[in-house]
Amino acid sequence: MKILTANRLTDGIAVWYADGGWAETVGQADLAHDKAAEDRLEAIGAKAYADNEVVDVNLIDAEVVGGVVEPLRLREKIRAAGPTIRNDLGKQAAHAA
Amino acid sequence: MYRYDEFDHDFVQARVAEFSDQVERRLSGEITEDQFRPLRLMNGVYLQLHAYMLRIAVPYGTLNGKQLRMLGHIARKYDKGYGHFTTRQNIQFNWPALSDIPAILADLASVEMHAIQTSGNCIRNVTADHFAGAAADEVADPRPYAEILRQWSSVHPEFSFLPRKFKIAVTGAERDRAAIQTHDIGLHLKKNAAGELGFAVYVGGGQGRTPMVARKIRDFLPEADLLSYCTAILRVYNLYGRRDNKYKARIKILVHETGVEEITRQVEAEWQELKDAELKLPEADIRAIEAYFAPPALTIRPDGDAAVKVARLDSKGFSEWLDQNVVTHRHPDYAAVTISLKAIGEVPGDASDSQMEAVADIAEKYAFDELRVSHEQNLILPHVARADLKAVYDALVDIGLATANSNLISDIISCPGLDYCALATARSIPIAQEISQRFASLERQREIGELKLKISGCINACGHHHVGHIGILGVEKKGSELYQVTLGGSADENTSVGEIIGRGFSSEEITDAIETIVDTYLGLRLNPQEIFIDAYRRVGPAPFKEALYAGEAKAA
Repeated sequence: MKILTANRLTDGIAVWYADGGWAETVGQADLAHDKAAEDRLEAIGAKAYADNEVVDVNLIDAEVVGGVVEPLRLREKIRAAGPTIRNDLGKQAAHAA
Repeated sequence: MYRYDEFDHDFVQARVAEFSDQVERRLSGEITEDQFRPLRLMNGVYLQLHAYMLRIAVPYGTLNGKQLRMLGHIARKYDKGYGHFTTRQNIQFNWPALSDIPAILADLASVEMHAIQTSGNCIRNVTADHFAGAAADEVADPRPYAEILRQWSSVHPEFSFLPRKFKIAVTGAERDRAAIQTHDIGLHLKKNAAGELGFAVYVGGGQGRTPMVARKIRDFLPEADLLSYCTAILRVYNLYGRRDNKYKARIKILVHETGVEEITRQVEAEWQELKDAELKLPEADIRAIEAYFAPPALTIRPDGDAAVKVARLDSKGFSEWLDQNVVTHRHPDYAAVTISLKAIGEVPGDASDSQMEAVADIAEKYAFDELRVSHEQNLILPHVARADLKAVYDALVDIGLATANSNLISDIISCPGLDYCALATARSIPIAQEISQRFASLERQREIGELKLKISGCINACGHHHVGHIGILGVEKKGSELYQVTLGGSADENTSVGEIIGRGFSSEEITDAIETIVDTYLGLRLNPQEIFIDAYRRVGPAPFKEALYAGEAKAA
């Protein structure tokens, strides 16, 4: 399965495509289960890049764990959570508080 | 220290205005990312995993209190309350919004700082010995020459689109603390038999995926010829350096493929055309720049010895810190202090906004308002009266920066690694933290003695692992982090590239492996004075391989 991710142009914050917009957390990201869906996400990413909403657009591997979307690779897990050495920073900070 | 003249002020202000306009046009969609990327990189703005990253230049690592306080202010106002000091003596902020960067650059310009040429295929921030101007063993302060190189290389039209980035380092001492032989150009300031100043010139050092030790192409270059000779080197590189392959584009590859004799011949031939023209440095100009770096008026403070003696008896912590983090100054009443940014278990090179402000206060009060960033990711107070050392120590204790580990195993260089960096293949910082915690006992660290441990989270080697006595390189293998160990590297006047000792280790195994290496060294050293690197050079890799892998061979 694939999901679409990027960084927001204005502040560089990592975002994931979910439900017609760019979400700041990965959990509800739109999943592509087949090639057609991947192509659809890719086209959305290309348009958002062309429209200067986001930069560094990528389709990445993901899985669903307990009903929540999680990236597969460590690099993307860290992007989705924040630095592993500072739980008070990044997306994970909301849970740490 | 150097003060901007009118030209510098106008130049930096003009750049702030130019880049602010470019950011505005980017945010409004007037220019595309492909158009903007090279512009932002020329101004130190990267895109990392979580956000943009801004790298700010600290020319030759020299700062004053006002500047450090401004960095603290930027950390608090625009970032997340901390900054990361780097191996190019710079500082990086990990979370700035692109829309805030014009304001950050304006704030920086107000204290004579900028982010120009901290990225891109140009001549980067020139680095220097962090004890410059204070060291007892230097022939002259190398920073005036670094400043001359900065002025010459800033938006140099011929050298703004080199095949690849280009790094220069300068030292004024025999004992090389600036790692000059790992640079594209390394300059060793020295005196000839007639007592004149000049440079031994090294070319083609570098780390990354193809580590090379620089080769000396000239034993003595008169100081007046600094710019013409560097221009000659850059011209040869710009003309013949490879542009077809990013990984073969550094001058080290050109030197290696062409051969040092031929490169030397080409540089000397080019130099013959340049040496007696307008690049020859007028004596008066050199001395004028030198005047900016005139040492502070170090008043006689003969009370230092007695004060230190009493304070030593009074405080074990102070005594240990004095032994480890305080070095001899050229003036007997003074000392140079290393402020370790490597507290046990903390992130190497990170400092909080309030720590930066407090250190700025200490520098202003006790250190003639002078600070340095070392390439080993620590801060330095280059001129402190010995009589004030206890007061400085106490002030550092209050802010958690009095760790007495300079040059010990927990004084680790570490790149940001996969916790922040878009290029990284593995994490570096957690490994540094775990090793630091494993060796937390200062008694044990001192028993081990000088040991330079350096960690990179990818082959680009920002963490200088190739030249660590012990180097660790993190890579990704089959989806997991794997850590490769090199031994025998060093970045001093006897620079060497470490050798890979064997198969890599998982993140769970790596700290144990380091401990095995250290214990092996302790068991084979001739005496406590034989430091790790000397022992390794004497015995080679065999005993370490045996200790790390013999069990496996038997099991297999």
